[in-house]
Amino acid sequence: MPDEQFPAENSPARRIVEHRPIAFVADRQIPPSPPPAATTGVVGWLRQNLFSSWLNGLLTLVAGYVVFRLLAVVVPWLFLNSTWEASSLSECRALDTGACLAVINERFGQFIYGFYPSELRWRPNLAFVLLLVALAPVLFDRVPRKLLWFSIVYPFIAYVLLWGGFGLRPVGSEQFGGFLLTMIIGVTGIAGSLPIGILLALGRQSDMPFIKAMCVGFIEFIRGVPLITLLFVASTLLNYFLPPGTNFDIIMRVLIMVTLFASAYMAEVIRGGLAALPKGQYEAADALGFDYWKSMRLVILPQALKISIPGIVNTFIGLFKDTTLVAIIGLLDPLGITNPIRADTNWNGIVWELYGFVALFFFICCFSMSRYSMYLERKLQTGHR
Amino acid sequence: MSTTTMARDDGFRIGMLLSDTRYRSYTIQVIAMFVAMLGFAWLVDNTIKNLAALGKDFSFSFLWQPASYDINQTLIDYTSRSTNFRAAMVGILNTLLVAVLGCATATLIGVLAGVLRLSKNWLVARLMTIYVETMRNVPVLIWILITAAVINEFLPAPNQFRESVDPALRASPILGGLLVLTNRGFYLASPVWLDGSEILGIVLLICLAAAILFRRWAAKRQAATGRILPVGWIVAGIVVLPTLLAFLMLGMPIGVDYPTLKGFNFQGGVYARDSFIALWLALSLYTGAFIAEIVRSGILAVSHGQSEAAFALGLRPNRTMRLVVLPQALRVIIPPLISQYLNLTKNSSLAIAVGYMDVTGTLGGITLNQTGREMECILLLMGFYLVVSLVISAVMNIYNSRVKLQER
Repeated sequence: MPDEQFPAENSPARRIVEHRPIAFVADRQIPPSPPPAATTGVVGWLRQNLFSSWLNGLLTLVAGYVVFRLLAVVVPWLFLNSTWEASSLSECRALDTGACLAVINERFGQFIYGFYPSELRWRPNLAFVLLLVALAPVLFDRVPRKLLWFSIVYPFIAYVLLWGGFGLRPVGSEQFGGFLLTMIIGVTGIAGSLPIGILLALGRQSDMPFIKAMCVGFIEFIRGVPLITLLFVASTLLNYFLPPGTNFDIIMRVLIMVTLFASAYMAEVIRGGLAALPKGQYEAADALGFDYWKSMRLVILPQALKISIPGIVNTFIGLFKDTTLVAIIGLLDPLGITNPIRADTNWNGIVWELYGFVALFFFICCFSMSRYSMYLERKLQTGHR
Repeated sequence: MSTTTMARDDGFRIGMLLSDTRYRSYTIQVIAMFVAMLGFAWLVDNTIKNLAALGKDFSFSFLWQPASYDINQTLIDYTSRSTNFRAAMVGILNTLLVAVLGCATATLIGVLAGVLRLSKNWLVARLMTIYVETMRNVPVLIWILITAAVINEFLPAPNQFRESVDPALRASPILGGLLVLTNRGFYLASPVWLDGSEILGIVLLICLAAAILFRRWAAKRQAATGRILPVGWIVAGIVVLPTLLAFLMLGMPIGVDYPTLKGFNFQGGVYARDSFIALWLALSLYTGAFIAEIVRSGILAVSHGQSEAAFALGLRPNRTMRLVVLPQALRVIIPPLISQYLNLTKNSSLAIAVGYMDVTGTLGGITLNQTGREMECILLLMGFYLVVSLVISAVMNIYNSRVKLQER
């Protein structure tokens, strides 16, 4: 009978069962045994991450083989058998079988400054150091705010330093080149495109139909054509549009077109940020009695720009990469400067070292920019989770 | 006792144009319009003066004059006696060719890399991260030049395919002679249509129609009864088997034109120049990295609850992916994907760096230099790219409004 096996709650039998020691009940805790060897340590990690199924194992093997083959070629070429000291490619090849990095060694000055006179190279150097000083208050908020005034006058100082004037010996634009040119175009484009882009984005959101139409037309036109056609305009057409007799410097013309190009993209990114703000923010600014510019400056833009930081930095990176296109219209940016080097009889036929070096430079710049944007995103993350 | 009376002034003062919000926007717009018109007039005036000073006029008549230069890759008939307009058309077709092919391969590469980047396999995920980061952080122009250099430096020259060359250095065609990779370009065997291939085509069309009908019927049956047929296998069978049978019965009416070495070069088959291959590959790999990121973020954007809900309904993993996750991910993926297509099309103008004759190379390059008509050529060039962009963004807008979440 079931009642005998499971005595009722208060029956005497139940009380007896509870107090009698029973042999098969454990009276102490068994120490936990270690997990199976195959799921911990190196073996476990390997099984989990590399060989979790036969397909994954196959993928791992194929990928590992590819990596091994690549490294087996690249490491000896670049590190073990490379040559740093030689005066020509044939000398390099005679010395060792690997990369001829001597070309980078010999032409390093050209890669950095182009044909900028070597006795005047302290000027770009100084301009670069001052650029870091001018950037510091913009990038990091621990730097004293007063330095922002320096950031504002910096463009004029840099212009005088680089091109000369005010007692400094003038240097022509045709002598500019290398990473110096990349930095000039990149930094100007970045600094110029942000304010213009903000204005264009605000104009595109505006209630005034004419202003809106102008901004939309401009943005869509610039975004619809490749940068190279705009550079063609800079190199061949821009002088037609200016009063007869003005001969505008080629770097200046390129700077104008690149800035306009970047600002159209910037405008679209910022417009995304403006559109993502809840309508309540606009209404709240109105309710506080702010006029248009005050509400934009104090309420809307700080939030909209914060939302659009990833896009803004992406635009910067794109702009920085696009500076290489000036090589096509004959400016000697790092990519353009490889042409005179390869035309030199000493270095005729050298390819990988040059392209690799330029690619590495751009990778370092752009990768650090994208990391900075991640840092900024985290820093400005004030929302509650 | 004082009475406060508002001095109501219904008259219009000139200052109200700026101080009164009712009128301010009109004032600003009128001023802006004047400034814009003045600026435009200034530019046009300068241009007219400059053109007059150089003794040039503004006309498109040069389009109908002979181009008198050769183009190394043409999809339509073209000789150096053809007009500049014809040369521009050749360039436009070349641009569209590399853009369409590039978009297709970039999507393939991008989807693969994006999915693999989410893979649980540590090595593969890291490799894909490296691929994406190196591609995205180095300018596309450098990639185009590097790809061209890889083709020109590492692939064998056509004369290395000769029988007489030392076997250690000799190169040979791959895929059983169907594909020849040389540093002058790739040669792909092409089909030759013999007698009876028309019948084969008709058979294929009929099979395709039957397959479509079968799919409709299977879908209807599933809706009615809930029973699922292995549609994929049956459709493959309907299409392949009769076609194969017809192919054999008609005595194999499709031949193959193998590329063969004649003189200094390969003849026969389809020839894709090294410049085209370099541009195509570089653009695909570069844009593929961006697409990989888009695909990855799209898949991650679908909340985990969706796939859990699908599992709770008893759907198998691949059906969950196909019916639940992908449709939602696509809504996130498609708009940036289209804008990548647009970027690829615009980046194809860098063809000029490797000597591929796209529209920038013909109309914006040689025609411009030979005729000296910078203004007209660049206007036409910009016009072409603008039309392409506007068409693509119009398509995107239509798609966006179709897939938009219906909120109430």
